[in-house]
Amino acid sequence: MPLTPERVEQKLRERFPDAAIERQTGDAVRDYTLYVPGESLVEMCTFLRDDAELDFGMLPWMGGCDHMPAVPRFETVYNLLSLSNSLRFTLKVRIAEEQPRVPSVVAVWPTANWHERETYDFYGIEFTGHPELTRILLPDDWVGWPLRKDSPLGYEEVAFTHNTPNRRLPSPSLKKLAPKKVKYRAQ
Amino acid sequence: MRNETMTINMGPQHPSTHGVLRVALELDGETIVACKPIVGYLHTGMEKQAEYKTYTQSIPQTDRMDYISPMSNNLAFCLAAEKLLGIEPPARVQAIRVLLCELTRISSHAVWMGTHAIDIGALTVFWYTFREREKVLSIYDHVAGARMTSSYFRVGGLSRDIPEGFLERCEKFVDEMPAHIDEYESLLTRNPIWLARTQGVALISGKDAVAWGVTGPTLRGSGVNYDLRKNEPYSGYETYQFDVPVQSAGDAYARYQVRVQEMRESVKIAKQAIQRIRELGEFGPYRVRDFKYVLPPKEDVKTSMEALIHHFKIVAHGFFPPVGEAYSKVEAPKGELGFYLVSDGSSRPWRMKVRSPSFINLQALPVMVQGRMIADVIAAIGSIDIVLGEVDR
Repeated sequence: MPLTPERVEQKLRERFPDAAIERQTGDAVRDYTLYVPGESLVEMCTFLRDDAELDFGMLPWMGGCDHMPAVPRFETVYNLLSLSNSLRFTLKVRIAEEQPRVPSVVAVWPTANWHERETYDFYGIEFTGHPELTRILLPDDWVGWPLRKDSPLGYEEVAFTHNTPNRRLPSPSLKKLAPKKVKYRAQ
Repeated sequence: MRNETMTINMGPQHPSTHGVLRVALELDGETIVACKPIVGYLHTGMEKQAEYKTYTQSIPQTDRMDYISPMSNNLAFCLAAEKLLGIEPPARVQAIRVLLCELTRISSHAVWMGTHAIDIGALTVFWYTFREREKVLSIYDHVAGARMTSSYFRVGGLSRDIPEGFLERCEKFVDEMPAHIDEYESLLTRNPIWLARTQGVALISGKDAVAWGVTGPTLRGSGVNYDLRKNEPYSGYETYQFDVPVQSAGDAYARYQVRVQEMRESVKIAKQAIQRIRELGEFGPYRVRDFKYVLPPKEDVKTSMEALIHHFKIVAHGFFPPVGEAYSKVEAPKGELGFYLVSDGSSRPWRMKVRSPSFINLQALPVMVQGRMIADVIAAIGSIDIVLGEVDR
């Protein structure tokens, strides 16, 4: 009998009876997706990889997503592939905004190394236990996390008192940017 | 005599790095102690930009990732959006897509073979492979109006129907192609210099390849029989007769053999696809008939109020997928190319993640060259077949 995602979920629940495993619901959620707690992620991945029946030997990709203003704000997505069963399975971990941190799965699948660096680069999610968590696609001196939803696309919001708290007077740096006064002549 | 290692940069400007890849090499004489690929020089933030574009507007972006194989990229994106919408294009459209994707595979492997051979010092092959690549580009031009960035596929179908004389042209190309592949092979397959430069070079075991997430010909060159067209079929690939070439050596020569065989298999698939298009009608509907998602026919727009409204809504706002997410993948010439789309119900994706094969295959480079000679790095980079536009996105 071919392996089904339901069977994978069942085995995972049997092996981790205490973990808060939750299936993602929604009409248009097209892939079988489970939310798993971050603290047991590495154990679960190791189990999924090493179990002879499941055999999720490959991690084709993992990535992040920012669901601002939802709480918890971030999530990481892990797409697992079992070559012997030709089956995909998706795991997700929800991550709070205050301290975006999730255990690294590099020890389970070495390919996660660059994916996690990319996710760190884009979202500022920290992967604990990662051997070398540095920026990968952006320059090392880049400031900010560009794929966060509060990061603008190529322009900066003009600083007004309503969107810049505790600012009554323009700072010297903003003064420098202010447009020069132009004298208009009558036509 | 001092006994210390030396660190040098290969790239970012280096002819064999296929773009702007930098590889930091720690050398002990000519032997590689450590190798570290440094990427990001071509990063253009495509994933971020996609969040500010409608789904259809993202299609031209996908051409520019792996610019050697635009059709495969278009297909991967369209399949992901179609999965999200829950629509499936007509069988005729799927056959046209399969035909163009297989021509793309031939063209991409031709470019790979030419450039890889140049890297290793065999300049002649390039002139032969680029001749056939040029023919494929002319076919793109004929069908889509652009030679390289074709943007021909649309969510739910094609941008327009295939033109007159197109199938004959493709047929002529695929009929001639096997003789050309023999020609390439006569230059390389038993060439002693080529064998010396590729056999036993850039080795990666099947186990390592799976652990490092390697896909495509690089995986199948290491003895792992996994091809998405067979194992997780899409666009009706399960109805075509073809074999998946697999080699067990895991070296650069095995990848060469796999790709040459794949070109021959692509010819087979393309022939079947042409026949199927003929059976289903050379000209005919080229989109789904659901005008919430695709443009209605132009004749209807001129005569029907409803069609005009649909036209306006699609042009002005795009379509609105339901709240949800989907991941879809294709067997691109370089490996598994996938798009992960998250929709919040608006006409723009909330998140688009690209699973690009080059990015992930390149990560396995240090495994292949550890302890080898510096000249092998060039053979290894060539044999993985990377396009930096796709690595950095």
